[in-house]
Amino acid sequence: MTAMIEIAHLSKRFGPLVAVDDVSFSVAKGEVLGFLGPNGAGKSTTMKMLTGFLTPSSGAVKVAGFDVVDDALAAKRQIGYLPEGAPAYPDMTPAGFLDFIAEVRGLKGTERKAAIERVTSHVHLGPVMDQPIETLSKGFKRRVGLAQAILHDPPVLVLDEPTDGLDPNQKHEVRELIRRMAPEKAIVISTHILEEVEAVCTRAVVIARGRLIAEGHPLEIGWRLGDYQAEPGKLDAVFRFITASAEPRSVA
Amino acid sequence: MTGTWTVFKRELAGYFATPVAYVFIVIFLFLTGIATFYVGNFFDRGQADLKSFFSFHPWLYLFLVPAVSMRLWAEERKAGTIELLMTLPVDLGGIVLGKFLAAWAFIAIALALTFPIWITVNYLGHPDNGVIVAGYIGSLLMAGGYLAIGACISATTRNQVIAFVVSVVVCFIFTVAGASIVLDFASAWLPAILVQAIASFSFLTHFNAIQDGVIDIRDVIFFATLIATWLFANAVVVEQKKAS
Repeated sequence: MTAMIEIAHLSKRFGPLVAVDDVSFSVAKGEVLGFLGPNGAGKSTTMKMLTGFLTPSSGAVKVAGFDVVDDALAAKRQIGYLPEGAPAYPDMTPAGFLDFIAEVRGLKGTERKAAIERVTSHVHLGPVMDQPIETLSKGFKRRVGLAQAILHDPPVLVLDEPTDGLDPNQKHEVRELIRRMAPEKAIVISTHILEEVEAVCTRAVVIARGRLIAEGHPLEIGWRLGDYQAEPGKLDAVFRFITASAEPRSVA
Repeated sequence: MTGTWTVFKRELAGYFATPVAYVFIVIFLFLTGIATFYVGNFFDRGQADLKSFFSFHPWLYLFLVPAVSMRLWAEERKAGTIELLMTLPVDLGGIVLGKFLAAWAFIAIALALTFPIWITVNYLGHPDNGVIVAGYIGSLLMAGGYLAIGACISATTRNQVIAFVVSVVVCFIFTVAGASIVLDFASAWLPAILVQAIASFSFLTHFNAIQDGVIDIRDVIFFATLIATWLFANAVVVEQKKAS
């Protein structure tokens, strides 16, 4: 298996604050990596460096062999990215927005039309294609964000909280979609919902205060996270335990 | 530069997707009308030219151009779409240029819609149309200067009101750099050569020269250099501030 994402000794400092501290991991084609951690642990910062939005303070990121700093455009072409909060231009319609993304991605003519049709049916955007995005519900906005991320059928997908704000049915659909795409892609998803990890991920890493503190794998029954084993549906408790013990102890 | 054309189209369409474009154009035409006919005494002057029309452009642009430029980056930052835009396979330079050109094209559309006054003056007399063409070119160049300043300042904040106010102030300084209000203040503590340098940055001086019908290459170079410099600064600011 070749690693599609290679992150080596990645760090990001904002002034005195170390947001990401010497993080290394890799993701191969066919893998769905769950990127876990409490809020403020450095998940989004890591994803922003992985996708080339932020420049690392030190360390390197390679996507499909392209360095995201030195070979930024080539790396960005390989990635589909759903940023935190699924931002989109509020006064555009999903149709106009996806057309814009397709054009930037270099899709032309019938190829563009086919790609837009494919993703809109995947995420069920049909009924709202011509409404301004600012008038859409949270769930539809998230689906617009997902649609733009998978529009060019990228080999690498980076999804920051892909199911946030979706109802249980929509969550199920998005997970199905991720599972369907998984064999052909390297996927990283960050999430707070640990049942999601159990449902779609083939591996997980836990980050707390900027550092990787544990790696997890599914077992025949349940999951292993760090040194601990979790029964099906009990991953929450293990996650709480290992991230809490990584917090500073001297907080009075 | 990749993406310039795509970003340009999206931005320009964006102006017309909201009432912003229509409000701006109506107010621009209304104010140019008032300035020309009431303040500039277009009829009483009895001259077949558009001096009274063009001479108010610096002062109109001072407020109206920052109103166009304030959203360019501040809105992008506020909506979080800057993260989306900058993780797409496009150059930062291409985005900066695309956004600037779209806003400039939009102002050019507003400026072009003042054509009835050109027709009017040709109907009433025999103006020197070469001078009028020069006036339009000068006006557009000057608008580009204000716009590049405003675009750069918009990139420093996520708050459009701040972007607007700061842009107006900076544009004001560039407008009146050659006037006594700035020069008296500067000459009190700066050497004469620097005072002269400041004076040479005046939009009014360069615009007035073009308005008289003389498109001097030096005035064109002035505005072109000014636009290029502020757009370069714009790219640097975006690159530096994207983390915050």
